[in-house]
Amino acid sequence: MSTIPESFPERVGRTLRDGRFTAVILLLPPALVLFSLFVIVPLAESGRYAFFDWNGYGEPADWVGFENFERMFGHSVFHQAIWNTIKLVLVSLLVQMPLALALALMIYRKTPTNAVFRLIFFLPFILAEIAAGLIWSFVFDGNYGVAAGITHAFGGEPYFVLGDRTWAFVAIMTVIVWKYFGFHMMIYIAALQGVPQDLVEAAKIEGAKTLDVVRHVQIPLIKPAIMVSAFFAIIGALQVFDVIIPLTNGGPSNSTQTVVTYLYTFGLSRLKIGFGSAVGIVLFLAAVLIAVFYQRFSNRAVSR
Amino acid sequence: MKKCNCAIAIALTALIGTPVMADTEITILTVELDDQAQKQYYADIAKGYEEANPGVSVNLEYIANEAYKTKLPTLLQSDARPDAFYSWGGLTLSEQAEAGFTKDISSLVSEELKAAIPDGTLDAFRVDGKLVGLPLYVSDVLFWVNTRLTEKAGVDHKAIKTWDDLLEAVKTLKAAEITPIIVGGQDKWPLHFYWSYLALRMGGGDALPMAVSGEGEDFTSEPFVEAGKKFVELIELEPFQPGFMSANFDTAGTLFSNDEGAFHLMGGFTYPGIIKQAEAGAPLTDETLDVISFPVVEGGAGGDVTLGGVNGYVVTPGAPDETVAYLEYMLSVDNQRRGGASGFWLPIVEGSQDAIENPFFRKQADDVAAASHHQIYLDQYLGASVGATVNDISADLAAGATTPEEAADRIQEAWDFR
Repeated sequence: MSTIPESFPERVGRTLRDGRFTAVILLLPPALVLFSLFVIVPLAESGRYAFFDWNGYGEPADWVGFENFERMFGHSVFHQAIWNTIKLVLVSLLVQMPLALALALMIYRKTPTNAVFRLIFFLPFILAEIAAGLIWSFVFDGNYGVAAGITHAFGGEPYFVLGDRTWAFVAIMTVIVWKYFGFHMMIYIAALQGVPQDLVEAAKIEGAKTLDVVRHVQIPLIKPAIMVSAFFAIIGALQVFDVIIPLTNGGPSNSTQTVVTYLYTFGLSRLKIGFGSAVGIVLFLAAVLIAVFYQRFSNRAVSR
Repeated sequence: MKKCNCAIAIALTALIGTPVMADTEITILTVELDDQAQKQYYADIAKGYEEANPGVSVNLEYIANEAYKTKLPTLLQSDARPDAFYSWGGLTLSEQAEAGFTKDISSLVSEELKAAIPDGTLDAFRVDGKLVGLPLYVSDVLFWVNTRLTEKAGVDHKAIKTWDDLLEAVKTLKAAEITPIIVGGQDKWPLHFYWSYLALRMGGGDALPMAVSGEGEDFTSEPFVEAGKKFVELIELEPFQPGFMSANFDTAGTLFSNDEGAFHLMGGFTYPGIIKQAEAGAPLTDETLDVISFPVVEGGAGGDVTLGGVNGYVVTPGAPDETVAYLEYMLSVDNQRRGGASGFWLPIVEGSQDAIENPFFRKQADDVAAASHHQIYLDQYLGASVGATVNDISADLAAGATTPEEAADRIQEAWDFR
């Protein structure tokens, strides 16, 4: 059956008649208003504040142009924060995701034992970030924590990794990997369970070893899931904040700041709202860039 | 029709009559207190005032410390603005006044009360000569001493008068394998006490106000660089407990209570924590506790200057006059005496100081009374931004991450950019 293509006025007329238009008129405003009020307006506002030196009192009046941005880009702590954020992205992609994938491959089959392991590996993710941070600050504590137990057992001097400028961020990265690998693992498990079993078996009949099956059958088939998890890992790494505050609060000597803790420490708690907004804008642009890049990259990957 | 008019007349009378009878509500916003006894003290005062003034209800609100500081600007600009809010004074208060969030209460406060509070203390709540709030109490930072440990090492803590004496004591304690000083370095502000006190000892009470007003030399001048150098002299002896940069104020308090170190430089507000720990079985009790003033630096200009807080309440525009009356009630000699006797802080109104019986607070009160100048904590006095920089450089000096000269430069830079 062939249909005659509608002309534009016809289509508009039909939309109006069949009630879709009314539905749009009725249903769009609540979402639009809420979205504008809580996303668009604050974004635009902080875009404006970024050009003022403003302490949050009254209306911003002291226009400083790009000075906030200049100060930020010239600030050594900001460089450190950026570098730490990059480290987090790398650790998420190169340590956390392979670890999650390896575990997922081990326990993706539906057996009772695997269910127990899945629960155990997923537990850290369920924990609130602040709680996780506090728990680990006890673990790392050189006087009373697990770390103290270890150094004591070996007869060593008490060691305080969170007070060490060189190693504090390594400790934080460890906590972050521990906290989020379960989430990525779950994504992989779901995807792996969707891989048709006959493909795996066919490969095995052809003489493929377990590792070959993983490399040539399973990983290619769960690629979309890996892409999604990579996206979450990157965006998550950009936003790390609440694990750090209870662990080191950005210290010692600002060696464990990330972009978000930097924004909080140097913008909010110092009441330099204009400066904080400028940091926020930079972070927002970075996130948008990554999202756009990801879209193009994943579209190309899928269409291929 | 006539009936109708009557009704309106009655309604009108009722309306006009209302303000006399109606409840005036005063909202006082304060930083959350861990000390339940002190919280009860404020609740009792509010109750007492309500009983003495029928028709006025006092509403005490609390917000946790960090959130308090960041939420306040928003709250002050909203309809939920409190009638009075807790303040540390300093540049933050000036900025609030500049933005129009404070009320000039100069004429509302009785002359008797003004005369009963030392002028220097009252000044903390004056902006451009106008009184915008009332201080409630003063606190003082000094060394808390664990005498069991000093005795064990053979250190006579009472004989520590100069900075060099302190350095010697640190060496003796270290030789006896006792941690000389406990500090919560992660919070940074406990370290800022050292730099602040040393800057005050070097430059006297005037150097800071002069640097702030721009009339004197700036923060890169000698007293501030010297303060860093003196601090480094101490740091080089490694006086703090292992891992002091990963300990916060609470951890430090626990360590000090458990005989883990001999000295703790802290304000009077650390005392309720010591009592609580002692009650829970910690070895440090009143018997093994003592306090000494921060030592004098030879060649410095400010031997007797004290560092601490001047805290009170700021009145906001549109607050009912009862707010000021309530603050005056809080400052009544009776209430002040009760606060002083309970060891919450140092009362400020004339005739209340002798209520302080606790020897540790007695010492603080005497030091402050004898001081030529009582300096507000620098992280408050210099405002949120520059104050945080002072905390930062103090922590960096302690961690060996910066030099005294660089530290002074960073403060000046933050000051220029504030």
